[in-house]
Amino acid sequence: MSESVSAAEIAAARPVSSTQGLKEKITVRNLRFYYGDSLALKGIDLPLYDRKVTAFIGPSGCGKSTLLRVLNRMYDLYPGQRAEGEVLLDGNNILAPKQDVNILRSRVGMVFQKPTPFPMSIYDNIAFGIRLYEKVPKSELDDRIESSLRRAAIWDEVKNKLNASGLSLSGGQQQRLCIARTVAIRPEVILLDEPCSALDPISTAKIEELIDELKSDYTIAIVTHNMQQAARVSENTAFMYLGDLVEFGPTSKIFTSPTDSRTQDYITGRFG
Amino acid sequence: MTARVSFAGRKRSNGVMMGLCMAAAVFGLTWLVIILGTLLWEGFSGLSTAVFTENTPPPGSAGGLLNAIVGSLIMTGLGVVIGTPIGILAGTYMAEYGRHSRLSTVVRFINDILLSAPSIVVGLFIYEVMVIQMGHFSAIAGSVALAVIVIPVVVRTTEDMLLLVPNPLREAASALGMPRHFVIRRIAYRAARAGMITGVLLAIARVSGETAPLLFTALNNQFASTNLNGPMASLPVVIFQFALSPYADWQKLAWTGALIITLAVLTLSILARVVAARTQK
Repeated sequence: MSESVSAAEIAAARPVSSTQGLKEKITVRNLRFYYGDSLALKGIDLPLYDRKVTAFIGPSGCGKSTLLRVLNRMYDLYPGQRAEGEVLLDGNNILAPKQDVNILRSRVGMVFQKPTPFPMSIYDNIAFGIRLYEKVPKSELDDRIESSLRRAAIWDEVKNKLNASGLSLSGGQQQRLCIARTVAIRPEVILLDEPCSALDPISTAKIEELIDELKSDYTIAIVTHNMQQAARVSENTAFMYLGDLVEFGPTSKIFTSPTDSRTQDYITGRFG
Repeated sequence: MTARVSFAGRKRSNGVMMGLCMAAAVFGLTWLVIILGTLLWEGFSGLSTAVFTENTPPPGSAGGLLNAIVGSLIMTGLGVVIGTPIGILAGTYMAEYGRHSRLSTVVRFINDILLSAPSIVVGLFIYEVMVIQMGHFSAIAGSVALAVIVIPVVVRTTEDMLLLVPNPLREAASALGMPRHFVIRRIAYRAARAGMITGVLLAIARVSGETAPLLFTALNNQFASTNLNGPMASLPVVIFQFALSPYADWQKLAWTGALIITLAVLTLSILARVVAARTQK
């Protein structure tokens, strides 16, 4: 590893959090996922604890993004992709056909690898989502937008140009705008799909700080290729390999004393 | 033991290649300049207020192109109004709802044929299904014929422009819990707006110069008419008729009409470029 501080050292320095007695916000049970005929997830069992950060790590193609995209049924957009098994959100199976995906997505928000501001003003980027669900008077809307932008730690940078296009911001700002947009509709779970992979180190640090802030209110799942990042931001880590969940546990344990040799090999950089 | 490369030889072939390209460019441009020059020379001298205020004259008397200009505006406008929504909806189906469907493949194939179909075929088709059925030539038949030409252009540009909208943007909108039609109308259309408008402008430019589809449908009219159920004059058909006539004053008016169409198309093309350039920023 090129960084001076290893992921294991970072993880070891974090307070050990016990998963005893924690509420499971999302419970994944025997989840199998298919892209057409090919099996991408081979029976995953995993809890996401309420108001904790769970990191998904593993080499490219291991299924971590696929797993994330099941949690808000993003795969529904594409014919030929299907999931079997159960994903319980507060005890209700969201894979059930009767589940309304739009309501689900209002409860489980998502931020993508590349920033995806809508082609409209910064203000409208946030207002758009709010107006989807609520009829809010202008003054309250303004407040909601300000608090969302504050929540995403970008208010000070954009407060004087709310009418500028969202596309005029830098990459890191755009990503925080997208987080603000997600937060604005008051979801319960936030899914982050490699949110920093297109960002420079300073923007990355800001997003990580933000994740730390947000977990007091939201259950967070983050896919990352950066093991130091997983070690820094998460309480629990899931290591996936070739469509299997190899190991899941407290981040400090996964990075310091993993039980599976594949986990050991991956976090020490022997493959992946 | 590497073979020596002749750098001088490379330079020479580069010179020859560049020379050929430049010669071809000059050759092509020369004709364009001659055509535009003749048009300006012949057309400008005939421009007067009478062109825009008087109807087409009988041979030997003074007159203008008012009825033809009005007829062209009406039929082009109506053709675009009929064709654009159909084209946009079809393009939206192919790019958004049915991206991988068999129907899209078929529609795309047929649309490509229609895009390059000779416009006289379109004229004959509308003649058969509308003019014969109605028993007479009419402006509405002319408009429908123009709409048939507008549709494939708009379908193609709409589909192409929507396909350029990055998929993560759609996913991001869906991830907020937006229903599909909302994602398309409020996000995808907005992102593709400039390209789609450009497509419509280019379609207008294309049909405003079409003669063949109108010859069989709207025919022509010596008099001013806004009756959609009767024959109507149009600039291309009047140019066609007057240019072929033996009368010098008619030929003069044909040149002027050609200049007016060219300038209108030029304006539309520039407008399309401006619109396209504005959103690329």
